[in-house]
Amino acid sequence: MKLHLKIWRQKGPQEAGSFKDYSVDNASEHMSFLEMLDFLNTSLVQKGEEAVQFDHDCREGICGSCSLVINGNPHGPETGTATCQLHMRKFKDGDTIVIEPFRAKAFPVIRDLSVNRTAFDRIMEAGGFCSVNTGNAPEANAILIGKETAEKAMDSAACIGCGACVAACKNASAMLFVSAKVSQLALLPQGNPERGRRVRNMVAQMDQEMFGACSNTGSCEAACPKEIKLENIARLNREMVRAAWVE
Amino acid sequence: MGLEIEFKDLSGYPIGQSNWKQASYTMMKCKSFLGSSVGQKFLVAITGLGLSGFVLTHMLGNLLLFVGPDAYNLYGHKLTSTPLIYIAEVGLIVLFLTHFGLTMKLTRENRASRPVAPNQLPSNVVKRASFASRTMALSGLMILAFAVLHLVTFKFGTYYETTVDGVPMRDLYRLVAEEFQKEWYTAFYLVCMVILFTHLSHGFTAAFQSLGLQSSRNKLLKRSGFIFAVLVGGGFFIQPLYMYFWGGN
Ligand code: SF4
Ligand code: FES
Repeated sequence: MKLHLKIWRQKGPQEAGSFKDYSVDNASEHMSFLEMLDFLNTSLVQKGEEAVQFDHDCREGICGSCSLVINGNPHGPETGTATCQLHMRKFKDGDTIVIEPFRAKAFPVIRDLSVNRTAFDRIMEAGGFCSVNTGNAPEANAILIGKETAEKAMDSAACIGCGACVAACKNASAMLFVSAKVSQLALLPQGNPERGRRVRNMVAQMDQEMFGACSNTGSCEAACPKEIKLENIARLNREMVRAAWVE
Repeated sequence: MGLEIEFKDLSGYPIGQSNWKQASYTMMKCKSFLGSSVGQKFLVAITGLGLSGFVLTHMLGNLLLFVGPDAYNLYGHKLTSTPLIYIAEVGLIVLFLTHFGLTMKLTRENRASRPVAPNQLPSNVVKRASFASRTMALSGLMILAFAVLHLVTFKFGTYYETTVDGVPMRDLYRLVAEEFQKEWYTAFYLVCMVILFTHLSHGFTAAFQSLGLQSSRNKLLKRSGFIFAVLVGGGFFIQPLYMYFWGGN
């Protein structure tokens, strides 16, 4: 298939970027989106031009490294799909595809399509963990957790920390990400002892990183490749009130 | 007594203190909560719901227009002649100022978080976000402008007098009837009510999310904003139409 690409090129964080046009002539519809970019890069390198830089790692939808805003959609137009899991058969022959980096104050562009998402790491360092080493996994029936609670915690734990929620939000808010991390631990007994301190510190770090506040628009939920629900944000808000009230 | 060393965590929260004086501890808790974006949205939600309560009672009170001039004027007279009205007014002003101040502050910060305005992006598919949810600051400012004009037109408008059951009182009904005889004023008012509708339809639902009360199980709460906006917006919509067509005589 033949594709016209409009790709954001930017030399560095301080440099001004702009769109450049490329065309890919014989891409296969079985390629993933990233493979299509690899294919483009190979031809660029052969021509002696600079390859387009983009982030990726596992290429199986579990690491959260891939990003890209494709035709205005973080992770592309498919719902519940990370860019690495998006295939070219979802596009038509002759399509023009606009590819940009995630855009947020807190995610400065490193180069081209690759952005610095260490702000998320710092939020995790602020509280997204259990500080007590619990040793080996205990006998499964030693700590009883209701099926529904376990399912909810598991759903929240599905967040791969990719930052698409930030890219989709008009406020570049990280609430969906933070709420998924807070929920996962708050729902389970292991996370319970540090519940209040965790949510306060993660939110404080989130604010400090210059992510916006939540306007409850729901764009994040629609963009999330792991379909993390807005319900998590309600839980985060609840946890904050609880932390201020109880502790 | 002893050394007073303050251990604070990231959110400015005291930790590891056994002899914290209760008052300063509570202060710090409040500061930590209200200093966060989540806490501020919490306040926006509370004040928003308070203001929603006000527009609802205002709309219900105005339904007396359908009953007749005397009923409407009597209601207005009763309302303004109790001293409680001053407490209510002060409360309303506090609600409004908090809501307005915080939303403006947060909107500015939100803008700064996004280096490119959404409409500067070459292709912007607005992910699911409703029109109402994306334009809250604008609709809010328009409602503010309307509210000021509204006070000038009615509360501080021409003072007609009438007597109901021998009691002299303000004839607000007459002023309302006069104003809504003007096509342009009625049209302007209706447009403003549509804006109020959009603001409420997102804001009312979102308030419960900010308070942490929404869940995917509760579908009614999710739809509450739309229902509330139809109720209030609809009420405020039919009143001027009624006054325009039938209020003249
Ligand atoms: S909530 Fe979804 S979009 Fe946001 S970081 Fe996690 S997986 Fe990515
Ligand atoms: S590359 Fe790992 S999630 Fe896409």
